[in-house]
Amino acid sequence: MRASLMSAELPPIPAPEIEYSLLAPLMIIAGAAIVGVLVEAFWPRTTRFAAQTVLACAAIVAALADTVWVYTDLDRIESSLTARGQIAAEGAVSVDGPGVFAWGILLVFGLLSMLLFAERRLDGGLSAFTGRAADAPGSAAEADAVKRRLEHSEVFPLALFALVGMMLFATANDLLTMFVALEVLSLPLYILCGLARRRRLLSQEAALKYFLLGAFSSVFFLYGIALAYGYSGSFELSAIDTAVTSRTGSETMLLASIALMAVGLLFKIGAAPFHTWTPDVYQGAPTPVTAFMAAGTKAAAFMALLRVFFVAFGGSSWDWRPTIVAIAVITMFLGAVVSISQTDVKRMLAYSSIAHAGFLLVGFVGVYAGVAGSDRVTSVSSVLFYLAVYGLSSIGAFAVVTLVRDSGGETTHLSKWAGLGKTSPVLAGSFAVFMLSFAGIPLTGGFIGKWGVFSAAYSGGFWWLVVIGVLVSALAAYFYVRVIVLMFFTDPVGEGPTVAVPSVLTTVVIGVAVVGTVGLGIIPGPLLDLAQHAGAFVR
Amino acid sequence: MLDLQWLLIAIPLASGALLLVWGKESDRFGHLIGTAASAASFVLGVVLFVTLMGEGADDRSHAVSLFTWIDAGTFHVEMSFVYDQLSALFVLLITGVGTLIHVYSIGYMAHDERRRRFFAFLNLFVAAMLTLVLAGDYLVLFLGWEGVGLASYLLIGFWQHKPSAAAAAKKAFVVNRVGDIGMALAIMLMFAQFGTSAIAAVNAAAPGATDTVTTSLGLLLLLGACGKSAQVPLQSWLLDAMEGPTPVSALIHAATMVTAGVYLVVRSNAIFDASEVARTAVIIVGLVTLLAGAWIGCAKDDIKKALAGSTMSQIGYMMLAAGLGPAGYAFAVFHLITHGFFKANMFLGAGSVMHGMDDDVDMRHYGGLRTMMPVTFATFGLGYLAIIGVPPFAGFWSKDKIIEAAFGQNLWVGLGALLGAGVTAFYMTRLMIMTFLSEKRWREDVHPHESPRVMTWPLIGLAALSAVGGVLLLGDWIVEWLEPVVGHAEHHELAVPAIVLTLIITAVVAVGVVAAVAFYRREPIAGETPADDSVSLFARAGRHELYGNELNDALVVRPTTHLTRLLVWFDGKGIDGFVTGTADRLGDTSQLLRKPQTGYVRSYALMMFAGVAIVVLCLLAVTLA
Repeated sequence: MRASLMSAELPPIPAPEIEYSLLAPLMIIAGAAIVGVLVEAFWPRTTRFAAQTVLACAAIVAALADTVWVYTDLDRIESSLTARGQIAAEGAVSVDGPGVFAWGILLVFGLLSMLLFAERRLDGGLSAFTGRAADAPGSAAEADAVKRRLEHSEVFPLALFALVGMMLFATANDLLTMFVALEVLSLPLYILCGLARRRRLLSQEAALKYFLLGAFSSVFFLYGIALAYGYSGSFELSAIDTAVTSRTGSETMLLASIALMAVGLLFKIGAAPFHTWTPDVYQGAPTPVTAFMAAGTKAAAFMALLRVFFVAFGGSSWDWRPTIVAIAVITMFLGAVVSISQTDVKRMLAYSSIAHAGFLLVGFVGVYAGVAGSDRVTSVSSVLFYLAVYGLSSIGAFAVVTLVRDSGGETTHLSKWAGLGKTSPVLAGSFAVFMLSFAGIPLTGGFIGKWGVFSAAYSGGFWWLVVIGVLVSALAAYFYVRVIVLMFFTDPVGEGPTVAVPSVLTTVVIGVAVVGTVGLGIIPGPLLDLAQHAGAFVR
Repeated sequence: MLDLQWLLIAIPLASGALLLVWGKESDRFGHLIGTAASAASFVLGVVLFVTLMGEGADDRSHAVSLFTWIDAGTFHVEMSFVYDQLSALFVLLITGVGTLIHVYSIGYMAHDERRRRFFAFLNLFVAAMLTLVLAGDYLVLFLGWEGVGLASYLLIGFWQHKPSAAAAAKKAFVVNRVGDIGMALAIMLMFAQFGTSAIAAVNAAAPGATDTVTTSLGLLLLLGACGKSAQVPLQSWLLDAMEGPTPVSALIHAATMVTAGVYLVVRSNAIFDASEVARTAVIIVGLVTLLAGAWIGCAKDDIKKALAGSTMSQIGYMMLAAGLGPAGYAFAVFHLITHGFFKANMFLGAGSVMHGMDDDVDMRHYGGLRTMMPVTFATFGLGYLAIIGVPPFAGFWSKDKIIEAAFGQNLWVGLGALLGAGVTAFYMTRLMIMTFLSEKRWREDVHPHESPRVMTWPLIGLAALSAVGGVLLLGDWIVEWLEPVVGHAEHHELAVPAIVLTLIITAVVAVGVVAAVAFYRREPIAGETPADDSVSLFARAGRHELYGNELNDALVVRPTTHLTRLLVWFDGKGIDGFVTGTADRLGDTSQLLRKPQTGYVRSYALMMFAGVAIVVLCLLAVTLA
């Protein structure tokens, strides 16, 4: 009686159906992060750093292998010509071609970053992270921490949490999941930014700025989600799409929702006028973290941006496209122009990343869907390729930055880089390769990336945007070439920079980045095909 | 046997290359290798010539293709050579005179420490010149054309330590470039119109082409010929080119290279036959040059420049003859050959005189050298008799025929050519008197002496050829020999019998000689060149080469310089100004745009908020508008 009453009053709750095999890469990283926390609690301190390094790297390698397996196993969707994959986890995650491709590049970026995190040869056997973050900079306690050779090996689990957030952000299929992913990726990064061993005040200031502005933008994003729910009655992207296509509800509410969500996402990719945090945070954060952010956050946020705008708001593209175009132009121009007057390498790379966000937006406004049987470059595939190349070069460039040092740690003032080509030709040559790739010079991956996003925009009818893009590229080439001139054709001032001899870890990162950057410039075919093959988003 | 014609080129080319790359140890015998190479080419040339004589009259054009030079789309060029009656004569002239000059140079350049290099350049010249005359394709011809230009440049500037020599070499090169533009355009036009640049194919197609095409082709080729052969208006480089060693002047700037223009016109006879306008242009150029050159020859005191003026003038005769069409082609070639003999002879003679006079070239410092240099005097004298056209020496036959043909064309052209003959007699007699006959006007410490045998034997050889070169005309041999190449000439009946005309010409020549004798024997010759204001306008203009350089400066050089300055100014202020201005503005913009990056998080938040407001408003505005 009582049981039947219960069953009558409360409908049975069906157990959620989770496609574990599809979501395994996410779970490996999340699990490793949790295990990392436990390791932090129970592992002996002497070998903890090494253990965390091995754990993080092993987890990422495992997840990467699984990602490849998932990718090759994606089902073709009946209703779409190009999309592959499926909606998983009760509509929360969309495991589709572009999403899994993004997992792949995020994991590669994560792995390379972990290697930079683990580098301990540059600063007297200690990592780039502070020994005890709670100490006041310059205090006796801090000196004590250095003397006792304390280290924060928590950076590895933190980075893994950020990584899983990025992966989820790139594949979230409903807005709540997306918001949670956004916070999961952001919060660890806020902390990581404040953990620099050198110049700690700058680092802490950067962390606080990043946190405050990040929270500010999250609020807009959340407000946008609320308005979208109000408009469509659902958090699911495909349900919102249905509402947008049928044009039910208040137009103003929809537009406000689009605008506010755009703000949250544009903040993460560092597009103008929401870029203001980028230079300060890139400069202040420990350089390995900067590398991780520059490559990973941008890729994850771009995938989320594409997904929200093409899947949920695709039916309304006539409304948002002009604004995005304007933002693309402003972002490219601002990033390129302001970097001209920068004197700090990390700030210059930050403005360069803003300019690249602009170029990526150019690809974003291009033609979305591929046509069956045509190998026309689409927005999604061109952006994916661009992200891969940009991330690789970025990590490489920041890795080089970690090696150019003086007694106060990294010396990032450009004047100190003069004559680097004479003392360390290989290192300066690697940096020159990254600069040329950023500038989009042929035979580097950057050229193919720019070609991809420009041709996607051209196919979408935005030929004039392509013209602007090419002109801004020429403008941007100035400061990239300026660095090369500085390194190779200028005599060093005073003693010149000293280049620390890195361990195999950083060497591998720079080597992989150089080979990848040049390799993707000379034989872009395989990766370009892969990006093309990723197809469209699953709805 | 005739397939071996490529060896003619290959031998001196290989020798020249060898001499250039071989080290110092070859300094002792390098000149012998060079001379032997030239002689070997000559021997082969004789053998080939004899072989060709043995062929039937219609089988004497022998083409051979070594390999495909260019094969791009429809553009197909064979590295082809043609050995026929015309090129056979040139081969003999080039290698024969060339070998004699090689021998002469052994003595003349004996004390030059770079003698080996000199012989290397001479060999290269011979190879290039043979390429030019043997070419079966205009592009191959152009290769030789540029090759002789290069050799000429290198040899004029051989004494590059003299600024005047370096400048002269540069001038020759630049002026020749102007002509080369004509050649290059002509070849392009051939390809555009006929789809080929093979000489035989072009000549075959020319009669069927439109007037515009043949006239354009003819005028462009004439421009090329003017540059190479120092014809008005591209004559200015030849007199300066006398800065080169005298054997160079003899070989390149008298006997062979400068006659390449004439060869070009004769070789392209079908094009000129098809265009009345182009032929007339050739006649005018030839006539003007023959008179201008003679005029200059009258006024120069520098023995080599006087001879150079004479060369211009004589080539003018050849051009004139070539412009007369089939009636004149053979005589142009005939005069070219005899001129090659006597002018090379006289240049080498002048070199011999200079050799004895410590390299002084001023005839005012000569005089009375006939006793000191008997061999030079005798050989030079034969050349003199040949050039002014005294029967029965070579020049008499060839020049007589040209003047006769000129009268057949047009009375005024004939009279111009006749006048030229008189003036030639005048200036050559002047040269003889000032150098060999008049009283001694030697500078101190100058001890004139006869040159060594290695120099006098070539003089004797060339003098002999100058004397008997006329035999080529025996029984109209050369006319009939060349007929398969240049076509049959209609015989013109003149108003007066040919013999009368010959007598008139001889009389005019005699008048020229007598006038010169009267003029220069009347009073002693001044030991220094009289100042410009003490001589007649006529002489002054001649001394200044008829103001050709001034004309070039005023018409071409100065306007070009001004244009260049204008362009440089525009490039600096306009283009660079725009670029640097843009860069400056961008720098300013950059400074301006980084201002909001204050570092204060509150202002960042404010900017973000403003951005949000703008984005929302934009989206609404786009949709509601």
